[in-house]
Amino acid sequence: MATTVHEPSRIESPRRTERPSSGNGGWRARPPVTGGLPSVDDSSPASRTGVWVGLAAITMTFAAFTSAMIVRQGGSNDWQHFTLPSMLYVSTAVLLVSSAVLEVARKRVAACLKGGQTSHANASSWLWLTMGLGWLFVACQYLAWLSLRAEGMYLATNPSSSFFYLFTGLHAVHVIGGLAGLALVIWRFRKPLSTLRISTLSTVSYYWHFMAVLWIYLLLLLWMRV
Amino acid sequence: MDSTSAQVHYHAPPTSFLRKYIFSLDHKVIGEQYYMLALVAVYIGLVLSWIMRIHLAWPAFHIPGVEFLSKTGAPGGVLTPEYYLQLMTMHGTIMVFFVLTTAPFAGFGNYFLPIQVGAEDMPFPHINMMSFWVTFVAFCFSIAAFFVPQGPPLSGWTAYAPLSALGAVAGPGQGTGQVFWAISIGIFCIGQLLGALNFISTTLDMRCQGMSLMRLPLSVWAWFITSCIGLTAFAVLMPACILLILDHVAGTSFFIPSGLVVNDQLQPHAGGSTLLWQHLFWFFGHPEVYIAIVPAMGVVSHVLITNMRRPLLSHRVIIYSMVAIAFLSYMVYGHHMFVSGMNPFSSIVFSFPTLAITIPATIIVLIWIGSLYGSKLRVNTASLFALGFISMFVSGGISGFFLAQPSIDIMLHGTYFVVGHFHLVMAVAALFGIFAGTYFWFSKVTGRMMNEVLGKIHFLFTFVGAYCIFMPFHYLGMAGNIRRYQAFVDDFMAPLMPIHKFITIAALITGAAQLVFLYNLIHSRFWGKPAPQNPWEGTSLEWSIPSPPPFDNFGGKLPVVYHDPYQYGIEGATGDYVMQDSPEQINVVRDER
Repeated sequence: MATTVHEPSRIESPRRTERPSSGNGGWRARPPVTGGLPSVDDSSPASRTGVWVGLAAITMTFAAFTSAMIVRQGGSNDWQHFTLPSMLYVSTAVLLVSSAVLEVARKRVAACLKGGQTSHANASSWLWLTMGLGWLFVACQYLAWLSLRAEGMYLATNPSSSFFYLFTGLHAVHVIGGLAGLALVIWRFRKPLSTLRISTLSTVSYYWHFMAVLWIYLLLLLWMRV
Repeated sequence: MDSTSAQVHYHAPPTSFLRKYIFSLDHKVIGEQYYMLALVAVYIGLVLSWIMRIHLAWPAFHIPGVEFLSKTGAPGGVLTPEYYLQLMTMHGTIMVFFVLTTAPFAGFGNYFLPIQVGAEDMPFPHINMMSFWVTFVAFCFSIAAFFVPQGPPLSGWTAYAPLSALGAVAGPGQGTGQVFWAISIGIFCIGQLLGALNFISTTLDMRCQGMSLMRLPLSVWAWFITSCIGLTAFAVLMPACILLILDHVAGTSFFIPSGLVVNDQLQPHAGGSTLLWQHLFWFFGHPEVYIAIVPAMGVVSHVLITNMRRPLLSHRVIIYSMVAIAFLSYMVYGHHMFVSGMNPFSSIVFSFPTLAITIPATIIVLIWIGSLYGSKLRVNTASLFALGFISMFVSGGISGFFLAQPSIDIMLHGTYFVVGHFHLVMAVAALFGIFAGTYFWFSKVTGRMMNEVLGKIHFLFTFVGAYCIFMPFHYLGMAGNIRRYQAFVDDFMAPLMPIHKFITIAALITGAAQLVFLYNLIHSRFWGKPAPQNPWEGTSLEWSIPSPPPFDNFGGKLPVVYHDPYQYGIEGATGDYVMQDSPEQINVVRDER
């Protein structure tokens, strides 16, 4: 006679046993794309989750730098204020425009992949424009550093300049990371029968827009603090 | 095995040697790479601890071979005080980062998380590969610190500023060695962040059909929660390392205060905050304890349940308790800084959650013990190490109650009491979790069984040895034995030397027992008894596939899950258990007691 020493924690109902409906097997059980034009629905939640997790880590990193800046400024009286280089406002405008352009690009690429009226060349040109604006932003940041350098404010001159270079530099590194992602999108979209997944473009777009939002935050922080 | 329609794997099976074994995209190979890295690291850390312990017990003893490590640091095989601190720093760094974080989380997690959720791989295999190789580069930087001029840093694994930020003027290893340390840890953080990204995405989005969150095994929950902790913690340590490097190489003053005179030299820095480093470091540092211990909790739960042949008293409460631990872990870091001169009211603010975090930890332990009560536990090496984990965790945790109170901590903070506490509750407990996981999952990874007799010998020596080493640390601490000193031959500490000698002998024997483990691991890998697919009669998905698992885990198909993860003690077609992916209906046979 079979006996057990306890009762299971939860008894499966026959209905539940027959129809396992939980979990993410639903979207993953769809037939895979086997060829031809990629489907616009061929996007995995994993890429969305992945980008949000990545953005959370970046947010935490800059939050740590922000707290370090506040503690450093409040802990000593050697903080030297200076006027932000005007080039930063130009770069801000460039980054915001690039974000808007990327949104247009995303819609055009999606329309193109669906086989709509948007031509491949048209959609591609918007991606290239975003890329160009991204590099222009990085160039503007570099000019801003040169401008500050001309005023005698170097990395180690004062904690305020240290944090200025740190924030703008690290943000630029992240923007260059976004440009690498954009380059991947352009590479995969280089032919009409491309291997680009719309989820890849969406992921890069989320990241790019986040870079714009992060920059606005950093600009305000620097404007208030340095 | 029931399964859904055929899936296309993210990437094709590897064909070249490089892709198969070196730059592999397969989560299983990456998991093994992490484990091997941790294995190399743990034996390096072990040898360093041997050297330190021999020096502490017999300060004038010529330790053979050590002079080859550093001619100036150990002339004639006798450690200089500075070199003792340098070895101590690297022991802590290697053990905390490259063993306790790497093995239970990145190693086991990479290998088994995708399988246990019913996925063919992680969603971002390239990022996964990158996470390992970034970690490997970080490890190389740490090891390289031994070979730069003046050797590794001496500022401890916590690298307190301003000592860590000043440069070569602060002592041997504080120049290039400290920069290498900061680069290593900064890179390590990037690797862990990349890993956390994959773990979270896999858990949330790659679960197979039927695998609801509550059907995830506790090991998966533990890795998932640890990923969330790591995502936040490492994202703070990395900026701290960047600031530290800039203080070294760019002349900034983030951590170095004004007017600091070192070796009669006024330092060219001003206004930095030494406490800023401590805040940033411990914001990472305390959650790091749980990054090491929570995966071990998951592994131990998984192993115990399988060997008890019954589920835990409450699956959900264990999960909620681990979540509570993760949440509270960010609120307690200030208890590491009670002696930093913080406001006494702040101390109380940090003391309260420090005591509160023991509540979920205690709940977990009580659930384990309550579930064990009356169970017919299968005694094997894995279950013994799981029991050993509970023992170490409780023993080390109890001393935490004392240290959580500022008034007591101020007395004990600089003593061996703290060393005993964190070694038991964090290091040894996590190592027991690693051992439990190794003995449990070895058959799945290699297709061969480990030798049980050698395993039990290994357990016996490790269990007894760990107590012989670390319990006396508590007594030493209460007697006022200061930590971080390289010799205790003078003053009031001289009478404590017999205890130090006893600890050193225990450390040498316990360390030697780890060679038994290494032998068992290597011998079983090649010549062990062939393992059946499910030797422990487990229910989770890893036991439903061949050993070792095929490239895409489930043979081109994804499983469908019908049951909770631990359906033991019931009448199933295969025995007293029902696999998660078995479509059979469960027949409950009531206890007749």
